[in-house]
Amino acid sequence: MTTPNEQGSGARTTPIRILVAKPGLDGHDRGARVLVRAFRDAGFEVIYTGLFQTPEMIASAALDEDVDVVGLSILSGAHMALFPRIMAELKSRGVDDVLVVAGGTIPLEDIPEIERLGVDRVFGPGTRLDEIVGYIRERAPRRDALLPE
Amino acid sequence: MSEAHARIDTLVEQIAAGDRRLLARTASAIERVEPRVDELSDALYRAGGRGHVVGITGPPGAGKSTLVDALISEWRERDQRVAVLAIDPSSPLTGGATLGDRYRMMRHHADQGVFIRSMANRGLPGGLAPTTIDLVQLLDVAGFDIILVETVGVGQSETAIAALAETTVLVQVPGTGDGLQALKAGILELGDLLVVTKGDLPGARDLRGELRAMLALDPETGKRRPPVILTSARSGTGIVETVDGIAEHRAWLAVSGTGEQRRVTQGRSAILSMVGALVARRMGPGADDGLVLRVAARELSPREAARQIVDD
Repeated sequence: MTTPNEQGSGARTTPIRILVAKPGLDGHDRGARVLVRAFRDAGFEVIYTGLFQTPEMIASAALDEDVDVVGLSILSGAHMALFPRIMAELKSRGVDDVLVVAGGTIPLEDIPEIERLGVDRVFGPGTRLDEIVGYIRERAPRRDALLPE
Repeated sequence: MSEAHARIDTLVEQIAAGDRRLLARTASAIERVEPRVDELSDALYRAGGRGHVVGITGPPGAGKSTLVDALISEWRERDQRVAVLAIDPSSPLTGGATLGDRYRMMRHHADQGVFIRSMANRGLPGGLAPTTIDLVQLLDVAGFDIILVETVGVGQSETAIAALAETTVLVQVPGTGDGLQALKAGILELGDLLVVTKGDLPGARDLRGELRAMLALDPETGKRRPPVILTSARSGTGIVETVDGIAEHRAWLAVSGTGEQRRVTQGRSAILSMVGALVARRMGPGADDGLVLRVAARELSPREAARQIVDD
């Protein structure tokens, strides 16, 4: 499990920005929409990119939007094919300090390998929304100021 | 020059040279209102002024994002680099937001000549977000030819975009009222182009007719009449005309002298809103509590308290 950058200090002054994406070819985004709503209600700014996203689409959106968190929802079973590519595309764009979390129908035995890739946490079916929100709130990176002191 | 100033100048140069990661990071720094952001904004303002700032506004669900998606493609055909700021409302209850405009524009993801950034309005009334004006300057310096600002879905009187954009495109959608609506004051008066979306729906042609009739009632002769364009994302109708119309409007601004007048008006309004922001920042939470308490106790009127702050 990777530890996101925590060197930034102090309280968060602006909402957590999170990208919610559905990689791959399953056509069900009910779960993703429930999460979008839960994150919005938790005070996050949620960018929803919709269904059928390629790894390149997800990574370029994360780059331009400069999100703190990328949430991947996947039900197709193609996670072992897609997650390595998503992590590689993020890395190739220099997006190396986001918290990446995933959820959906992912067998338990795949989780250690996914976490080795740099996905911080995999939430299985039936996870409570407040558990996911609480986890993200605690773990989302706090960025150091970009501009000089 | 101080070291901080020099570093900000270097940052501006790197953004102008096309560093996309830094561009995105700087947009966040502006949205977070980092302590040095004023110096950055000043530097960006001095360095900018080249891109065409185009506003797209209209009611929720009118098809603004879908129109923007189609316009991006047409501008790319013409080798124009396009940046989009897409604004959606923040929740008045939780501060959270669903930023859903990008969803309609995903097909441009691999195009380095397109940059799309979603913004929450963070409770600001008027259709824009508190730092939209600074992000526009940032994207201008980053070298985009077109900087498109898609407002929050608006009603009748959210007109902030007209104080920011060179060209304002007002989107109207059929089925939302009769001919009397077209006569109402407010945002309808501020569109430099009027676009009727969903042109394949019943009533779209009627709405175009009503808008044209409304514009024709203007008693002033010799004045520019905003074109009214029927578009349909389904068939691609009207997209070329809209992009042409936006370019023609900019040319007209230059030739007629209206552009210069508009820059003066916009400069005045930018100064006024900055004065308001500076006063608000000085008041801060807790800073002028003595005055606030006296107003609460009706010893001072709010106007008297405001005078004391401004005269200080």
